[in-house]
Amino acid sequence: MLETFLFGVFPYVAFAIMIVGLIWRYRTNQFSYSSVSSQFLEKRQLFWGSVPWHYGIILVLLGHLVGVLFPEGVKAINGVPVRLYILEGTGLALSLSLLVGLVILMLRRGISANVRATTSFMDVVLLIVLLAQVVTGIITAIFYRWGSAWSVQTTIPYFWSLFTLSPKVAYMVALPLLTKLHAINFFLLLGLFPFSRLVHMLSVPLAYLWRPYQIVMWHRRQTQQ
Amino acid sequence: MDVRAQLSMVFHLDKCIGCHTCTLACNNIWTSREGTEYMWWNNVETKPGTGYPTLWEDQTKYRGGWELKGKALRPRLGQRLGLMANLFFNPFLPSLDDYYEPWTYQYGQLFSAPQADDQPTARAVSKISGEFLNVEAGPNWDDDMGGSSVYARNDINLAELTDAEREALFRIEQMVFFYIPRICNHCLNPGCIGVCPSGAIYKRAEDGIVLVSQEKCRGWRFCVSGCPYKKTYYNWKTGKSEKCILCYPRVETGQAPACFHSCVGRIRYMGVLLYDAERIEEVAKTPDAGLVEAQRSLILDPNDAAVIAAAKKNGIGDDWIASAQKSPVYKFVKQWGIALPLHIEFRTLPMLFYIPPLLPVLASTGNGKYDLSKTDFFGSMESLRVPMKYMARLFSAGNEEIIKKTLKKLKAVRAYQQAQSVGIVTTSQASALLTEAGCTADEAEAIFRLTSLPRFEDRFVLPPYHREEVIGLTIEPIKQKERVGFGFNQLPRRGP
Ligand code: SF4
Ligand code: SF4
Repeated sequence: MLETFLFGVFPYVAFAIMIVGLIWRYRTNQFSYSSVSSQFLEKRQLFWGSVPWHYGIILVLLGHLVGVLFPEGVKAINGVPVRLYILEGTGLALSLSLLVGLVILMLRRGISANVRATTSFMDVVLLIVLLAQVVTGIITAIFYRWGSAWSVQTTIPYFWSLFTLSPKVAYMVALPLLTKLHAINFFLLLGLFPFSRLVHMLSVPLAYLWRPYQIVMWHRRQTQQ
Repeated sequence: MDVRAQLSMVFHLDKCIGCHTCTLACNNIWTSREGTEYMWWNNVETKPGTGYPTLWEDQTKYRGGWELKGKALRPRLGQRLGLMANLFFNPFLPSLDDYYEPWTYQYGQLFSAPQADDQPTARAVSKISGEFLNVEAGPNWDDDMGGSSVYARNDINLAELTDAEREALFRIEQMVFFYIPRICNHCLNPGCIGVCPSGAIYKRAEDGIVLVSQEKCRGWRFCVSGCPYKKTYYNWKTGKSEKCILCYPRVETGQAPACFHSCVGRIRYMGVLLYDAERIEEVAKTPDAGLVEAQRSLILDPNDAAVIAAAKKNGIGDDWIASAQKSPVYKFVKQWGIALPLHIEFRTLPMLFYIPPLLPVLASTGNGKYDLSKTDFFGSMESLRVPMKYMARLFSAGNEEIIKKTLKKLKAVRAYQQAQSVGIVTTSQASALLTEAGCTADEAEAIFRLTSLPRFEDRFVLPPYHREEVIGLTIEPIKQKERVGFGFNQLPRRGP
């Protein structure tokens, strides 16, 4: 019963909260969308925390995404053991580096008085949930070896079943507790997304890569059109 | 020709008394909130000095402005991809230490301290963390050359001076300084816009004011590095960048900006300039020595029929053209050529111009006495108290000829006026100087009048904005009636 709720209902609830929350926040309070960076207040520790964290998490998330989107491809890569070791080894190294980054970021929030003063309640919640996510992920990777291989028969079909609106909870029930926690915590993060500083992910300024350097606005022309 | 209008400024440095009234007027209206305490949209610096934030002119440190790489003009901070790679940590961002940690005092202690043998004290506490603070520096720590061995001596504009020249400058009887009030230059080729990944900063075509959209800004902070003048600031509370808005709510309603209006020395002038937007990039690529002249060539003659026609074609109204024709800024910058941009080698084409100071430059000391009477007026320009090289670093990208020409004219105007009123200088001496400076008596008279006797409406020739029409075009009047103010109105509260 609990598992049906956690894996069959909760994901949809979290996802719905995320979408509605994001639209609501964007429409009512665009001003609040920001990276709320604290580099201005403290930069030495931030460097060692922020850089490994951000690059690590981007690559690891991309890895997860590729796994979900192209399970067959991943299977093909893993066909040769050496390739499997390299893939998993890289993943683990990245996760460990981002864990170090995250821990440094957490300590920094406590150590620097100025950064502490600008820390919100949601920042604390978010850091704890993120830490739980990273730790459960790393433990799964270490103790339940070759996740990139077994997920093809378990979590990935489960994910696809979510998308097709026919959640196959059975896939998840059999998995180890920590791995289950990793999944549930992920849905929790989705739910927290619109109400935390995570929204800055949506602001990744890709358009900068091709826009002209200068921006000039004609108010009169704009409004006359 | 693509004619645009710019609300532009001139500061007459000889008249600045360094009182900081402008700074406080601005602070009272715009930056007395949490997160903005340390932002001085207007600040007044003593030169020589390191300015605010410390060493802002040193672009090897902050990477502001543009650099010429071959034929391309690109942000010194990095090209697009390189810039994005630094999204999570910008190595060139000035931090709190480069400004100062805002503080207040525990005044409450003075009343609430328990009875004791000693006087109660109000200790300094940080305005950010609320913890006790050992105040080590603040804004204008080097006012009037205070702590000059740390500050003035590290002024990077002194780099090209010989050791002897530098020593001379700092000999106590020789010591000389002047003030530079600074606000955002509302540049034609702004560095801040060029590096903003979110595209939140923009220049208003109608009047050239450069603004940060508070809704679009995502706090990536590149503008703080990218502005070579360090005139965008990061609000540590709201996570948004903010900068001087040239008091647009005031100018739109026909009032001079607060810093202008309150200026005690009446050093400030404001008026419309028409310029050719088509040539901005070409001009920004001019080699250093030619930059000042090139920028002047961008500014168009508002009485020229062709310019007027092109301006009208771009929707610039008759009243704005008429205002441009009366602009004091046009006179100082283009007609008389005595107002110069600050550090134009940063290539942002700043639209705030300075008339370099003459007084401290000309005076000499002999027999321990401060001496103006020796009429250094006829002395050679090379033996100035502030080396020409230094002034050229500030105002003409190192081109000493331009400074010489400017100071000569200012000197001639002074001599002309002296001949008329006090007679230290004979009329023939004065007209010799005028000829040398390429200035007519009429021009000298006009410069004198606008410098010394201007009325309020001579200093600030503000164009009519037709604000009511602008609002009508952006928001329906009926809807507007239901709202308060113009545009978006909400408390600057940080997101969760
Ligand atoms: S001076 Fe103003 S317009 Fe120019 S780059 Fe700096 S912030 Fe931008
Ligand atoms: S108010 Fe005027 S005179 Fe006083 S410091 Fe500012 S610019 Fe100079």
